[in-house]
Amino acid sequence: MLELRKDIFADERDDNLNEIGKGTQRQDMLGHVTGTSSYFNDHKLQGMLHLKVVRSTQAHARIRRIDTAEAERSAGVRRIIRGTDVPVNLNTLLSLINFGKDDEPSLAVDKVRYKGEPIVAIVADSEREAFEAVAKVKVDYEPLAAVFDVEDALKPGAPVVNETYPKNTFTYHETYDHQKLRFGDADAALATADHVLEQRYQMSPIEHAPTETNGAIAAPDTNGRYVVYTSTQALFFSVDTCAKILDMPSNTFHFIGGTVGGGFGGKVDTLTEPLAILGAMLTGRPVRYVFGREEEMQYGPPRGAERIYIKDGVMRDGRVVARKIRCYFDSGAYTRLSSYAAVKCAAHLPGPYTIPNVYGDVYCVFTNRTPATAMRGFGVTAMDFAIECQMDKLAHLVNMDPMEFRILNAYRDGDMKAHRREAKNTALIECVQVAAEKAKWPLREEFKRASSRKDGGGSRAVIPPTPADSSRARPTAPAQQRTSYDRLPPTVTREPPREPPPPAPPPPSPRPGAPAHGATRFSSVFGRRR
Amino acid sequence: MSKVPLQFRHNGRDVAIFVDGGTNLLVALRELIGDMTPKFGCGQGGCGTCSVLIDGELHLSCLTLAETVGGRSIETLDGMKQGPNLHPLQRAFADHFAAQCGYCTPGMLMAAKALLDRNPSPSRDEVIEAISGNICRCTGYEPIINAILAAAGGRVSA
Amino acid sequence: MPVTVKTFASASEAAGALSSDRTARYLGGGTLVMRALNEGDVSISTVVRAQDQALTRIDASGPRITLGAGVTFARVLAERDLGFLHAPARSIGGPAVRNMGTVGGNLFAPTPYGDFTVALLALDATVAVQGGFGARDIPIEEFLQARERQAGTLVLSVSCTRPASSEAFCYRKIARIKPKGGSVITLAAHLPISGGRIAGARIALGSMAPTQIRARAAERALEGRSLDAATIAAAASAAAEGTSPFDNALGSAWYRREIVGVHLRRLLSGQE
Repeated sequence: MLELRKDIFADERDDNLNEIGKGTQRQDMLGHVTGTSSYFNDHKLQGMLHLKVVRSTQAHARIRRIDTAEAERSAGVRRIIRGTDVPVNLNTLLSLINFGKDDEPSLAVDKVRYKGEPIVAIVADSEREAFEAVAKVKVDYEPLAAVFDVEDALKPGAPVVNETYPKNTFTYHETYDHQKLRFGDADAALATADHVLEQRYQMSPIEHAPTETNGAIAAPDTNGRYVVYTSTQALFFSVDTCAKILDMPSNTFHFIGGTVGGGFGGKVDTLTEPLAILGAMLTGRPVRYVFGREEEMQYGPPRGAERIYIKDGVMRDGRVVARKIRCYFDSGAYTRLSSYAAVKCAAHLPGPYTIPNVYGDVYCVFTNRTPATAMRGFGVTAMDFAIECQMDKLAHLVNMDPMEFRILNAYRDGDMKAHRREAKNTALIECVQVAAEKAKWPLREEFKRASSRKDGGGSRAVIPPTPADSSRARPTAPAQQRTSYDRLPPTVTREPPREPPPPAPPPPSPRPGAPAHGATRFSSVFGRRR
Repeated sequence: MSKVPLQFRHNGRDVAIFVDGGTNLLVALRELIGDMTPKFGCGQGGCGTCSVLIDGELHLSCLTLAETVGGRSIETLDGMKQGPNLHPLQRAFADHFAAQCGYCTPGMLMAAKALLDRNPSPSRDEVIEAISGNICRCTGYEPIINAILAAAGGRVSA
Repeated sequence: MPVTVKTFASASEAAGALSSDRTARYLGGGTLVMRALNEGDVSISTVVRAQDQALTRIDASGPRITLGAGVTFARVLAERDLGFLHAPARSIGGPAVRNMGTVGGNLFAPTPYGDFTVALLALDATVAVQGGFGARDIPIEEFLQARERQAGTLVLSVSCTRPASSEAFCYRKIARIKPKGGSVITLAAHLPISGGRIAGARIALGSMAPTQIRARAAERALEGRSLDAATIAAAASAAAEGTSPFDNALGSAWYRREIVGVHLRRLLSGQE
């Protein structure tokens, strides 16, 4: 049940609120309980045709030949659409904000890069006739070596998945093959830490599995326009993507959406609209393209897999002094939104903790798997899973209560974050305290008294000297205890100290001159107060 | 192409349509009758959003061959309202925030109605069992269960 | 080519139509055939139905009971005399699927479905089929081994042993989701006791091979012994022998092999 803890930060807030804390009926509830909410597929259009696609049976192959002769003669077929019929048959979603290169065709032409990639679209009078024609299309493949593992994809000689990115990594700022975060000297701090813990974490792809599958209905409208009913979660994004792919001004399209039967991030990729509209353009008839359940589960874009390596240095008193992270996002065969996920991930490091030495490398990697996309907190979710597992293990390692361990290391107002921005409006300590209270988890008095508003800043606000990357090796500090929970012990390479690393953070001492909290206490990754 | 004539009762009204061979009841209801309340979710019997009552018994319309319902009585969410007023289940769903995206709601309501028509005061476990064939991906099972129990107990603002 | 539906008054006419047309499938409750059509299976062009009352008959009077192929799981659950089959019937689908799915169709349901058939296999069922060459009874194991080739035959009914006591038969479906989920593995055991000793043990497993199979090594460990902890342990350790599980989204082959003995031990010792 919802409980508002107004006692916390009470002085920072105007609690004379009209809506917050009160129940308000959803404006769409009446439609939902009467079944009159209108989803994209709830439109019956005269003479509607049905579009189905032929999907690749191969994970990676050159297409030698596509034979549609028999399909063209199949009963009820109105039009067969091939890649050459798509006006601009190469796109990437974030090109609309000038982020990334066009790397994905609407219909594959010379090569397929994942199992299930669309090759040919068939528009027919009925779904059954479309299915029958799909079964008659013959595609001659020349199979290519495929790569399904992010680290394999980065090895020399790995198959090139997507020629737009020949190194199998997304390119940032036309130069960099990954996102990089450097703050202090993590290697030096690891060399002097009391304990070092290195772990590997893996998250598999997760399908959103919305109850309503992805789909769109496009129909010729008056004045040469097209009306498009769509399941999209990103209506204007989808309009502009269609305008680009179909090489038409965006005001050609009248998109109608807004009621989505579950999205969770899986309905932002504009997978069905361009082909539905193209089908309507080429036939002059309304065309529906809706995923079946198997298509949705197998070829709809999932939350991408991630592999994460975390190496932490921790002192006997519980202070985390160094955190070194390598993370690989599995983008699948095309970029979609994983490039952005990697940026978000890098921005999230090292989690909500004040750690004076942080080192992060985050890669967006191409493999021959289904392209990944957005899903609820993508870029952050798996990393948080890894970091919080790691925090539990570190607490165990130094024989500390995991809740108290988090309070000790939590960032506080005035601390310097690894991104060189001051931590403001922090509240992790209070969250942990309330969670402990709710779980009847005992905390020692000093941790019950800890506050996000006390003892931050000062020495914790210092931006430490940060060495440039080097590849020199250095020996392991002999006195160090090493612990691993993995079956395979991690291989360790160390570099010699260049200069003393920044010291451990906490001594959470009173911070003079801490900025007073105002009434606007909302944190933001951009460091702005609203 | 040969079409098959088909007559049945749809929410208390006699209807007659012609269906293609192999047409399922979901398509017949949506595209031939124009009742958009049952939804397509999977076509496999896994999600329950196409649930309707056939002679009072819960069935999946997407797995029902349309021509097998000749002469039978079909109830959908479209027929649940009582004149201008919401059915107690609909009211309870609204009051308990038992719908988020709303796509599973038609099936959930029909499954709940199938339960309460036979068992007016079910236990919580019986409610859970009754909607066990219906998937909600916005994770709203608790409010849905609470809504059904409230409707059964008459604890619904009319 | 659109789908043609052929409806017959008698099962034998339907069987004839089925055996003469390779693109024909028999429509029982719809949970398999309609699903295939919805997913675009164009190998089916003819749907055959029969409105024969015999297909929905239940004979629960004798030591062997007979269920018409068209009997739904909801009807099994409504039948007080079929109490021993209530657990397997209840483990299938949600209420709508149980109102539709049939005993006969379950014989054809591929993994992770076909849970009721696991119970039938443990209960020494025979399947009455009508093909092009007339009607005959087939032991369920033989039927399942040749299931791929049974598409042209019509199942009329299934008969199985009624356990002598409620303790003699137990069934469990292991799923990741409660109350309903696809089978990770399904187990059924019929252990008739004669003079304090197990005589005629039959243990059946679902999702441990391409079709439902018997755990013969586990049966041998039980046969002729009393059902004590040592016997149960011996059966559990032999549970995976002779199985050929597979990977799917619900579990890996390795996982299935690891857990089948654990669940057999719990099943036989009455633990949750």
